[in-house]
Amino acid sequence: MWLKFEARTEPSLLMRYLSPVLAVFLMLICGLVLFSVLGKNPMEGFKVFFLNPVKDTYGMAELLLKATPLMLCAVGLSVGFRANIWNIGAEGQLLIGALAGGWVALHFEHSTSPLLLPAMILAGALGGMLWAAIPAFLRTRFNANEILTSLMLVYIAQLVVSWLVHGPWKDPDGFNFPQTKQFQVHAMLPLLKAGTRLNAAFLVGIGGLVVGWVFMNRSFLGYQMKVAGQAENASRYAGFSAKRTVWFGMLAGGCMAGIAGLAEVAGPIGQLTEHISPGYGFAAMIVAFLGRLNPIGIFFSSLLMALLYLGGEQAQQYLNLPSSISNVFQGMLLFFLLGSDVFVYFRPRFARRNK
Amino acid sequence: MQTPSTETPRLAVKGIRKAYPAVVANDAVSLSVMPGEIHAVLGENGAGKSTLMKLIYGVTHPDAGEIRWEGKLVTIKNPAQAREMGIGMVFQHFSLFETLTVVQNVALALPGKFDLVALAKRIEEVSERYGLPVDPRRLVHALSVGERQRVEIVRCLLSDPRLLILDEPTSVLTPQAVRKLFETLRKLAAEGRSILYISHKLDEIQELCHTATVLRGGKVIGTCKPAEETPATMARMMIGEDLPVCQHGDDSTHGEVRLKLEGLSRVAEDPFGTDLKDINLEVRSGEIVGIAGVSGNGQQELLLAISGEEPGASKRGVQICGVPAGRMHSGRRRGLGMCFVPEDRLGRGAVPRLTLTENTLLTAHRHGMLNHGLIRFKTARRFAEACITRFDVKCGGSESEAKSLSGGNLQKFIVGREIMQNPKVLVLAQPTWGVDVGAASFIRRTLVELRNQGTAILVISEELEELFEIADRIVVIAKGKLSPIKATSQTGVEEIGIWMSGLWPGAEARKKDSHVA
Repeated sequence: MWLKFEARTEPSLLMRYLSPVLAVFLMLICGLVLFSVLGKNPMEGFKVFFLNPVKDTYGMAELLLKATPLMLCAVGLSVGFRANIWNIGAEGQLLIGALAGGWVALHFEHSTSPLLLPAMILAGALGGMLWAAIPAFLRTRFNANEILTSLMLVYIAQLVVSWLVHGPWKDPDGFNFPQTKQFQVHAMLPLLKAGTRLNAAFLVGIGGLVVGWVFMNRSFLGYQMKVAGQAENASRYAGFSAKRTVWFGMLAGGCMAGIAGLAEVAGPIGQLTEHISPGYGFAAMIVAFLGRLNPIGIFFSSLLMALLYLGGEQAQQYLNLPSSISNVFQGMLLFFLLGSDVFVYFRPRFARRNK
Repeated sequence: MQTPSTETPRLAVKGIRKAYPAVVANDAVSLSVMPGEIHAVLGENGAGKSTLMKLIYGVTHPDAGEIRWEGKLVTIKNPAQAREMGIGMVFQHFSLFETLTVVQNVALALPGKFDLVALAKRIEEVSERYGLPVDPRRLVHALSVGERQRVEIVRCLLSDPRLLILDEPTSVLTPQAVRKLFETLRKLAAEGRSILYISHKLDEIQELCHTATVLRGGKVIGTCKPAEETPATMARMMIGEDLPVCQHGDDSTHGEVRLKLEGLSRVAEDPFGTDLKDINLEVRSGEIVGIAGVSGNGQQELLLAISGEEPGASKRGVQICGVPAGRMHSGRRRGLGMCFVPEDRLGRGAVPRLTLTENTLLTAHRHGMLNHGLIRFKTARRFAEACITRFDVKCGGSESEAKSLSGGNLQKFIVGREIMQNPKVLVLAQPTWGVDVGAASFIRRTLVELRNQGTAILVISEELEELFEIADRIVVIAKGKLSPIKATSQTGVEEIGIWMSGLWPGAEARKKDSHVA
């Protein structure tokens, strides 16, 4: 008997939504196997990894806190992904957004204006968009592949941040640590619940999801981008501008990632350092696809991804596992998602071996 | 070759039934073909012709019924077995590799090892014997459509078939090339070979075929001798009712120039495409201009240039309602009042996975379907529903996906969507391609109606009869150039047919290596 894959005449709608669930399930199974191979009790590992992080209010707040940059980046990326604009560089756009917003905070050190925070958010958005504009320009002007250019710009962004916090922007009273001054109180996002770190950025994230949903499902530009992603010839036939699609797809991702970056430095971190993001911009791609490029789905998948980050920290503390355990789970999740997505377009069938 | 016998039919099909999940494609179909007989299978799109041929050629298998080959009951498992038995098929869409030579293409289709030199010789022999001139050493991409079809036929003949199936073979040929093909087919029949000839062109069937089996809705409606029928009586059998005649209006009152092509030249992007050379044309309000031509002579390139899907360098190359639009993309040209029906339906004229309502937005969004950048789905849905009703689009409603519609119905939807926008200029490519006869006649009548209301209409079609039916003036495209334009009433199929080979008065000296056969 041989397993054969037959192309479905129509992609299966059921499998489209079942596939993320299947992927999560397979990730869990493999995770348990991994724990036992590493000599840990799998049930214990499961508890530490997936239940401990959310057993109290503080944990729940941390979950929402970590989910915020993920959902912001993912919803922005989805706008582009739906139109086949492959922005792989959200991580870099996030960093430049953090830099731009951070610059505003540091420059208006003594401002007490209520406009300071909005100005920082705006600067963060503009910073992210600026970084995303580079691959958009290269793509529309020189037809350079945005996958490569946006990815390469991540490394440039990382080095720019590193240079600034090691050099010109270093806190003179900071014992030579590579970091800027702490942001003043008016430059910090207000907390939503005392005793936790959850801040107003979460509301911005939810707002981003709502705006994303309206844009994708109700706006004509969103419709044009959907057409561009599904049938390029039809888009040309209708006279929708391909360049505008590229620009908008890239800038939407950059804008959201930039806000996410600002939310990190004006939230839990409170200053610019070398370690602003534990790879949120990359993880957001998994979040986007796991959420089926749909804002409602992205809400749930960002929670799951946040749980993987928290679980990884717990596993370090209580199971003596290295921090890369989070990345292993992320990797497994993406792997199984891509694998399960095969079933959307193909039907497995057991067939006798033919000659 | 066995001698023709009058007793045993070469092929006898009895009580064949084939059901697909949604439709019974063949139901109790019977027909028999004698040796030396040219037998027509006549029917509208979706009547079950293709299914029947696929069953005979072993591509699919019948649910019930029997097939007898020269008297013996057979089960045809696959096309390889069908070929072995002596059945050959020439498909409507060619299956040739453009970058290989003729002999290489033929070799690929033959079983076992091959010797290219010997094979080239055999190809020459066969092509000479049946009047199908083909140079085996030429690359396929350099061949005209007619020549490619000859390659397909020669390839079939090499395996010495006793039954040859031809699926709509003349849809891509000039009238002169059709005549040559008929001579070849008669020669083949005279040798005792049987031919199954699938078509919906009644005049051809009348000229060529000995017998005709008429299918409608998967069932055999009757068998007739075409020589004893008229096209009208056969059409009635095929459709089940009489066709309304297309009423052509008075053609003296032409208004201002709405679409003007001026010195339009273009180098094709596709290396196998056709360059456009200095095209000049005017289409006036209240007239239909037809562009005839064998496919692959620059129609696609011309359409892309007119629609704006590939804007050009010269502003004045395309002028719409007096505005130089040569550099505008298609959206801005639509804004000037032009609508456009492309020849590809899925993926160009409509997005496969979007609903009909959403596909309405694709081009009709200018008609009150937007509100500050947001979509008014209600307005779009009403438009889609009106289009579905008016053009009798068979579908599950305005919320069914475009890809769920049959080709003909989707074509009706797209044509309807463009017509309902009341365009000042309407450009159509193959407006009735793949649409059944009744709907085609309706589309043509609607076009004439639109013309009478003052729309300037340009129709590019490979169906000469269609152009002669609706066009006021007709022009031919060949090798990327336009012939002189003539009033339809002052020319005929014969002259236009010759022009389709690129040979019009004042054309460049005849070339030996003609691209159109």
